[in-house]
Amino acid sequence: MDMRAHDTSAATLADLLPGRHATITDLTGDPELRTHLQSLGLRPGRRVTVVRRSRFGGPIQIRLGTSDLLIRPQQASTIFIK
Amino acid sequence: MKRITLLGMPNTGKSTFFNRLTGASAKVGNWPGITVNLLSARILLGTEMVEVVDLPGIYNLHSFAEDERVARTFLEEQSAGLLVVIANATQLDRQLALVLQLQALGQPMMLLLNMIDEARKLGIHIDQERLAQELGMPVVAISAKHGMGMEQARQAITQALHEAHPPRAADIERTFGEDDALQARLDTIFSRTVDVPVSATDRLTDRLDRLLLHPWLGLPLFFLAMLGMFEAVYTLGAPLQDGVAWMLERIKIEAVTSVVTTWPPQAQSFVLDGLFDGIGTILSFLPIIVLFFLFIAIIEDSGYMSRAAFLMDAFMSRLGLDGRAFVMQLMGFGCNVPALMGTRVMRSRGLRLLTMLIIPFSLCSARLQVFVFFTTAIFDPWAAPLVLFSLYLFSFGAAFLTAVIYRRRLTHTEPLLLELPPYRFPTLRQMWLRGWREVTHFLREASGFILLGVVLVWILTHFPKDVPVASPETLAGQLAALFEPLMQPLGIDHLMTIALLFGFVAKEVVLGALAVIYGVGESELSGIVSSRIDWVQAYSFMLFVLIYTPCLSTVAVLKQESKSWRFTALATGWPLLLAWLVSFVFYQSARWLGF
Repeated sequence: MDMRAHDTSAATLADLLPGRHATITDLTGDPELRTHLQSLGLRPGRRVTVVRRSRFGGPIQIRLGTSDLLIRPQQASTIFIK
Repeated sequence: MKRITLLGMPNTGKSTFFNRLTGASAKVGNWPGITVNLLSARILLGTEMVEVVDLPGIYNLHSFAEDERVARTFLEEQSAGLLVVIANATQLDRQLALVLQLQALGQPMMLLLNMIDEARKLGIHIDQERLAQELGMPVVAISAKHGMGMEQARQAITQALHEAHPPRAADIERTFGEDDALQARLDTIFSRTVDVPVSATDRLTDRLDRLLLHPWLGLPLFFLAMLGMFEAVYTLGAPLQDGVAWMLERIKIEAVTSVVTTWPPQAQSFVLDGLFDGIGTILSFLPIIVLFFLFIAIIEDSGYMSRAAFLMDAFMSRLGLDGRAFVMQLMGFGCNVPALMGTRVMRSRGLRLLTMLIIPFSLCSARLQVFVFFTTAIFDPWAAPLVLFSLYLFSFGAAFLTAVIYRRRLTHTEPLLLELPPYRFPTLRQMWLRGWREVTHFLREASGFILLGVVLVWILTHFPKDVPVASPETLAGQLAALFEPLMQPLGIDHLMTIALLFGFVAKEVVLGALAVIYGVGESELSGIVSSRIDWVQAYSFMLFVLIYTPCLSTVAVLKQESKSWRFTALATGWPLLLAWLVSFVFYQSARWLGF
């Protein structure tokens, strides 16, 4: 595996740079948000790639397997990665 | 009658399948305890009639979001019969979770793998037989959009219905907390039955997104696309509306008038100016609704709506809205009615209501007519376009101000979690079905209310019997006199107030009403108006027309879509108050400055 692609300093999905991927370790949002994230496939153990970020602190486009999702930085910061 | 209930996550093409299965026969129905409209239809399967119900797309059976609650209430309180789950074949890694959750309910069930054409194109291979075995239910691969596999799906449904036990209500409580075990089972089944190539993404979509979501080009392209759409709606919509108006006028003159000509004058006027114009108001919306939903369908089904959210979200989220709200707001500049209906794409009720609250501030084409007339009658040719432009600014200003004021009450903190589907071409059939359904829905839900309103205004302006129509002596005139102390500080006299009362029905009639009130033809109106009022009064009047309730049809649709009289009252009352405040501040400060 290409180790450089892992952003080891990043603690949450909100910090991950475009083009980088990481593995989800934990979901720390409220239960309702966690349920929603999980049904979208965002659960511990899954690999996630940041495709692009919109300007001015807007949403982040992420890729999970074959699905692309938009998530706001606020919610992305509840998803811990390694 | 046996029942089939369609279930699935959002963006699985569930509605497309429903349309394929049922054709145009679907009806929007009310169900006890359920706050949103559910589509249902009766179809002939094999030898018996079967009812098909389309539930809203849900991600999870155990979540408390609005759509999920609706689906759960339905499953618990109605007998759902055979559950037909539609899954996006390209995303089985997460879509199977819902299948397994539903399976735990113990209802008879089957699975349709939709968009199988896309899955194949991406190189995804699904072992259908094995999947059916692992899940213990029939599995059929289809492409609802292209009609592939529909015959097999029909047969499988008929057979499953035949074998199904008598339906019963589901017990969802029991299945809470089994999600972890379920996840493990999902992973096993998925790894045994689905084979996904390492890089399974749509190349064309990636390439298009690189341009359309470009950090610098994305927004200009978005505004260009919106402008183009807007232009198209105008260029196509205006002649359509004119055509309908012309046709109605002909029918009125040639057919209706000759029928009622022997009737007493009061009855004649009631039929011609009350009933017929009321029906005309309703009909004039039909071509626009179809046209708008054509465009809404293109934006939504192509996947561009989510891209708009990506581009506009940074700004709109500060207002408690999202990018889709902005698209609908822009649609509102053509006509508020279909734009309000288009908010149905939003899953969260709070977000939807807030969007519905700001759309009526969009300066629609009906209001534009009034403004073009006033600006050309009152202002110098060089100033007229600037005045018009300033009204557009007020339109946005009023909308954003409203969003800022009401966002806490309506939306709190809604997480934006949207799927970004690959770009797709909607089929003509899909677009047409959508437009047709919206029109019939509008006719059923809103027409009674609109007709009632038009007749009410007719009574106000035609009674008492022996005074000139719409004169200060009529009920409307008396009502306007009552409002005089309120309207005086805005520079709006009571003749113009009568016109505003008319404007409550539709902005198209404001000019006609003014002509009747002043007792002149519409061609002489310009001279009369410019001699009667100065520019400060005219601008104050335009601000009021811009901000207060756009028309009766908008109110009717606000009610139709929100299903709440309280919200409808808010969405009517607040703009009225705001209109008064803005006109007041403008008029008083202009006068104070010596204009």
